[in-house]
Amino acid sequence: MTDSILLFKFVLAIVTFAISLGVAAYATYGERKIAGLFQDRLGPNNAGPWGLLQPLADGGKMFFKEDFIPAASEKFLFILAPGIAMFTALMTSAIIPWTSPILISGALYQVQVADIDIGILYSLGFVSIGVYGIMIGGWASNNKYSLMGAIRASSQMISYELAMGLALLAVIIMSGSLSLNDIVTAQKGSFLGFLPNWNVFKQPVGFLIFLICAFAETNRAPFDLPECETELVGGYHTEYSSMKLGLFLFSEYINMFISSAIIATVYFGGYNLPLIGRFVTDPNALAAIGFAVFFAKILFFIFFYMWIRWTLPRFRYDQLMHLGWKSLIPIAIINLLVTGAVLILKDYL
Amino acid sequence: MQSLTNRSKVVSNKQMSFAERTYLIPIIKGMMITLKHLFKKKVTLDYPKMTRPMAPVYRGKHILKRDQNGAENCTACGLCAVACPAEAITMVAAERKKGEEKLYKEEKYAAIYEINMLRCIFCGLCEEACPKEAIFLTDEIVKPSDLRENFIYGKELLVEKMDHRYDITKRQKHLIK
Repeated sequence: MTDSILLFKFVLAIVTFAISLGVAAYATYGERKIAGLFQDRLGPNNAGPWGLLQPLADGGKMFFKEDFIPAASEKFLFILAPGIAMFTALMTSAIIPWTSPILISGALYQVQVADIDIGILYSLGFVSIGVYGIMIGGWASNNKYSLMGAIRASSQMISYELAMGLALLAVIIMSGSLSLNDIVTAQKGSFLGFLPNWNVFKQPVGFLIFLICAFAETNRAPFDLPECETELVGGYHTEYSSMKLGLFLFSEYINMFISSAIIATVYFGGYNLPLIGRFVTDPNALAAIGFAVFFAKILFFIFFYMWIRWTLPRFRYDQLMHLGWKSLIPIAIINLLVTGAVLILKDYL
Repeated sequence: MQSLTNRSKVVSNKQMSFAERTYLIPIIKGMMITLKHLFKKKVTLDYPKMTRPMAPVYRGKHILKRDQNGAENCTACGLCAVACPAEAITMVAAERKKGEEKLYKEEKYAAIYEINMLRCIFCGLCEEACPKEAIFLTDEIVKPSDLRENFIYGKELLVEKMDHRYDITKRQKHLIK
């Protein structure tokens, strides 16, 4: 039994890794295609049918570029930084419950690489370590633009992590658990009779705060100040080239995928689809539908990231700080207080 | 004061309301605008596979016409070279031998006729200067190349192919009064 669980988790870990990379690779294609469509262009369409081989071409290009290391840089850290960025981006995928438990030869298996009790805390921890990749990379480049980008990244991360944590706390109070698996199962059923029992309907303000913070944490527009081509050349990756740059860019897309998965898990019921339990009872069929539903939600949020990117202009640095400290954190605290008060009052009623 | 243009606008400096300061509604409005563009007809033309229709009098690559029997119209008079403001045209004249009547319309012909497409400004003055209706500009585009030599077009590229004749009636309209 334990052996089979070990084997299952091992296979699942590899599959998760492959899916994260694959989705991230095609997110780059999707980004370019969607950017094109939003701007009334066609987007990449020459590499393969509809340009579907574009990610391969991009990756190949990255590998064949000159791998340049500036003479005045801190070489060890310069090489380490993209690795940290990639590593932390990939690690977060371990706690995501991909679908409902599946039945293999009479035993139920949890489709989640690690069902740890402090799932959310783990993901927040890795997200905040993620900034080290950017910070070290920017500092080790020994370049003013890179350093500016690194400083911006770290201050942005610290500012928005607070609001993000506070928004999540409200959800954690409601579900009474830090485990993502429990949070998902708590979202089964319906709310007020007609809505699915998803946290987004119970925590609309918290969801909005979390969404904004997720944009900031993944350094996506309108919070892409650390990169900021128009002001800082390339921000923290100004001096990077070849596959080191590739890792930085790629880790951004993996972050986007994982944060979409977390948004879908925490606020949109994860693999839950309302009423599906009435029509399908076979656990494996349920799991397959759940996986498809979960992926549809993830893909929607990846699209949403891109949609926002091609709609909103970048924040100015002081606006960023203003929004984080003076708006999001107070609103998140009030939201937390109201959630707590409602939960206590519910017991007295 | 009366404004001169009627385009002046009164600027108000009023405080934004709370709903306006959250920017949520303007953001949603903006997102709807971008979403509309997602489904709009694209302006891009997938160029090498599709081409935009050219104007009938577009001035592109030159052609040296043959008559209906396949004999070259050009008599190497040199008027096109004289008319050319960019001095892109050079030619060497030769005398038609016996038995070459099928090839050349008149007794004199251009043994070498070269146009430097990098010098050419595609003004069409050669076409206007030609008394024999031999040279015309077409709506074809001079093909790109990474070698300068490739832009000196000789007779093999300029003279009209009999199996691929070029219709010049639409270009001659301005000549017919």
